[in-house]
Amino acid sequence: MNRSPYITDAPSVTNIMLKVLLALLPGIIAYTWVYGGGILVSLSLASITALVCEAALLKIRQRPVKPYLIDLSAVVTAWLLALALPPLAPWWLVIVGTFFAIVIAKQLYGGLGYNPFNPAMVGYAVLLISFPLIMTKWPAPLLLAEHPLSLLEQIHFIFSNMLPAEVKVDAITSATPLDYLKTQLMLKHEVGNITQAPIFGMFGAKGGELVTGAYLLGGLYLLQQRIISWHLPSAFLAALAIISMAFYAIDPTHFANPMLHLMSGASMLCAFFIITDPVSGPTTAKGKLYFAAGVGILTYLIRVYGGYPDGVAFAVLLMNMCVPLIDALTQPRVFGYEK
Amino acid sequence: MTTLIDLASNFINGLTSNKLASHKDVFAFNGGVHPFDHKAESTSLPIGKIAIPEKLVLPLRQHVGHLPKVKVAIGDYVLKGQLLAEAEGTVSAAIHAPSSGTISAIDEQIIPHPSGLPDSCITITTDGKDSWGPLHSTDWQNTDKKLLVDSLRSSGIVGLGGATFPTHIKLRTNGKSNVHTLVINAAECEPYITCDDMLMRERADEIIQGIQIVQYLLGADKCLIGIEDNKPEAVSAMTAACLNKNLLVKVVPTLYPSGDARRLIHLLLDVEIPNNKRSTDVGIQVFNVATVLAIYRYFVFGEPSISRIVTVTGNIEKPQNFEVLFGTPLQSLIAAAGEAKQNTSHFIMGGPMMGFDLPNSQVPITKAANCIIASTADLFPAPPPAMPCIRCARCADACPVNLQPQELYWFSKSDNFEKARDYHLFDCIECGCCSYVCPSDIPLVQYYRYAKSEIIASDKAKEAADLARERNEFRLARIEREKLERAQKHAERALAGKTENKIQPENTGMTTDASQRTLTKEASGADVQTTTPATDKQAAIAAAIERAKAAKLAAAQAGMAPKNTENLSVTIESEISKTDAIREKVSMSNTSKLAD
Repeated sequence: MNRSPYITDAPSVTNIMLKVLLALLPGIIAYTWVYGGGILVSLSLASITALVCEAALLKIRQRPVKPYLIDLSAVVTAWLLALALPPLAPWWLVIVGTFFAIVIAKQLYGGLGYNPFNPAMVGYAVLLISFPLIMTKWPAPLLLAEHPLSLLEQIHFIFSNMLPAEVKVDAITSATPLDYLKTQLMLKHEVGNITQAPIFGMFGAKGGELVTGAYLLGGLYLLQQRIISWHLPSAFLAALAIISMAFYAIDPTHFANPMLHLMSGASMLCAFFIITDPVSGPTTAKGKLYFAAGVGILTYLIRVYGGYPDGVAFAVLLMNMCVPLIDALTQPRVFGYEK
Repeated sequence: MTTLIDLASNFINGLTSNKLASHKDVFAFNGGVHPFDHKAESTSLPIGKIAIPEKLVLPLRQHVGHLPKVKVAIGDYVLKGQLLAEAEGTVSAAIHAPSSGTISAIDEQIIPHPSGLPDSCITITTDGKDSWGPLHSTDWQNTDKKLLVDSLRSSGIVGLGGATFPTHIKLRTNGKSNVHTLVINAAECEPYITCDDMLMRERADEIIQGIQIVQYLLGADKCLIGIEDNKPEAVSAMTAACLNKNLLVKVVPTLYPSGDARRLIHLLLDVEIPNNKRSTDVGIQVFNVATVLAIYRYFVFGEPSISRIVTVTGNIEKPQNFEVLFGTPLQSLIAAAGEAKQNTSHFIMGGPMMGFDLPNSQVPITKAANCIIASTADLFPAPPPAMPCIRCARCADACPVNLQPQELYWFSKSDNFEKARDYHLFDCIECGCCSYVCPSDIPLVQYYRYAKSEIIASDKAKEAADLARERNEFRLARIEREKLERAQKHAERALAGKTENKIQPENTGMTTDASQRTLTKEASGADVQTTTPATDKQAAIAAAIERAKAAKLAAAQAGMAPKNTENLSVTIESEISKTDAIREKVSMSNTSKLAD
């Protein structure tokens, strides 16, 4: 009673999350095509872990379980984390990462709407620091592998870490392009020669660039559905492009071209799905531009100068810390006030 | 269709008035929402009339400001248009009899207000004759503006757009009007409401004449009429009526809340009224279209404000607009619209964005009642339980004031009121756009209302505390001063006792007024210095009388009546000194207690 407005025209939180999951589908399909069906196992493992953790923590925190489970935010976190992990990541890695994302980064901070850090990136960062070897070892895309694993073989590997007798671990893994680039540059090779390696495709990683393109497609759908604002992806991609362009212009033998940076690693996933997490991001239009540009620049710097092949997770977490400040400093002019 | 009319009115305006810009160029404000307008339902029938109800219940509180003073008594026979209660204080509005009949009650009844509480009402039992009292039309063109505005004070006219601010105050210019532009608010941006739309379709000529009166009163040479583009019939009617006149109909896009005065001014004129100023400070005044019509009828026919157009819509058999006498019970109006459908749960007054639930179906129609919506759970389903804010900032995108509703919500929820104020909580117009777009179904406006009322209450409490502290400080200072004065007086008396004899009348034992005390003391002090020692009793008495006179004179000069503490006998005087000493002790101990 007595509560205007009586009418609303807003998608529910569930609806928004569902659209984000839908937008991830092209990427998942491409991923499956390139790396095999193992990712579907990771996605399922992560989703189940996320929902179980979420339900348990809601119960412990004496919050209603059902409305928060069906908001699907836990599943979005789970999928993002699973997609960020190396394909064929062992089952326990997926579970540990998801546990940290949901329990520590989300629920212990107060659940949906209260987490200052992107939960999926917290989970990823914890795994990257704790298990750097596994986290940087990516299997080669199926089309490059000496012995492409079948789905069953992949599932077997995920759960038992055992390969078919005739296949050696080295035969299925390879460095990621960004990783390869980094190690080869340290060996004083030139970028032009490095990118001639078979793992490089037209723009980024062979095969991987297909997944990246599919993420871009899903991102455009989110933009069209007004689930995300244009500020974040545009500023991130522009910042990444500009800074890599600047370095590339100074010394093309030492710095990769902007296309490589835009199309490899987690760039597109980050642009459209990770930095667009509203809870841990800024709310003002100007703040979104600064935030995303900051992530773009940090990602580049970590890739080029940092100790890890990709810098998205740390860049996002670092910028998450700046969000309250960014919001406070970018308050828009209120109607009737002078700036 | 709309564009055709736009073009046509553009063309016509281009021919008739070159002074004003074309109505195509409107200036967008931030945000706003596009709810489905539901206006077609209630515009298929012309404005209807309803039978005079048996009883009219007129709440005294139908406007913003002071309650009017009741001028009738139970049992009085009143004619239609007769004054029942007159405006009292600056911001107030009169109330008139909407029909002839007998005053049958002056008591408290439930009024249409969100609180659902009873308030003072005058009840008329109508006689069905509907006979008018004497009506006086005014030759407004040849009457002094000040007289016209003063007479409006007794017209009972208030802003009929829903704000119900007394109209005569908005027209007071005190001889130096700087208003150059009159904006007529005919945007009617809330869904369902069509009373202004129908009024413009049917009575455009009268509205235009009303506008001319207001323009004359304000001395405004420019006038813009803002109408949303979902009312093409009203636009064409008004455009036709504006022909050959220095008025411009400007079509604004349908976007809630374009009917908010500051938003409309921005849309039409690209002027942002500064947050701490009124529109008149920048030479712009805004009137609702129905209000100017009421002004016209008041001056030209002498009719006070006794009725208004009300939209009856929603879950109702025959949605329609009616001309309704104030005081008409809601039930009579609903009956006129063919009754509400079976499953109607309750009625809403106003639109779905800013309206409120009516406490029952017997409440009277008042000056604020622009629309009555019969509500059902299907039409306006109860919102699901609120989810946490996910900071999606859709509310910020929708806010027409460019606030950050998500931050205001956070601050309001955590009772962080100072922060809420810093983030311009008081610029919130409570339009509801933020709640309308919220995926988490958070009742944001309710949070802001709560925070606003808490801040206002704490401001008041702080003001009261400041006043109390000031008073206490003053009191302590006074006690200190009185103590000094008494000590001085005792010394003087001791001195006088040595030199004179002991019959020394004292004048100022117990007065509490500081100024009087000081003055009296000065007078007696002067005496001490000038009086030569006397051995004669008579001389002492005479001197005492002189002092008393001087004291009286001093008191009179200070504007005080003489007090009964003057001219006291010696015994009483000594008692007073004792009492004073005791009091002092007590107050000293009190002060030290307070200090502890």
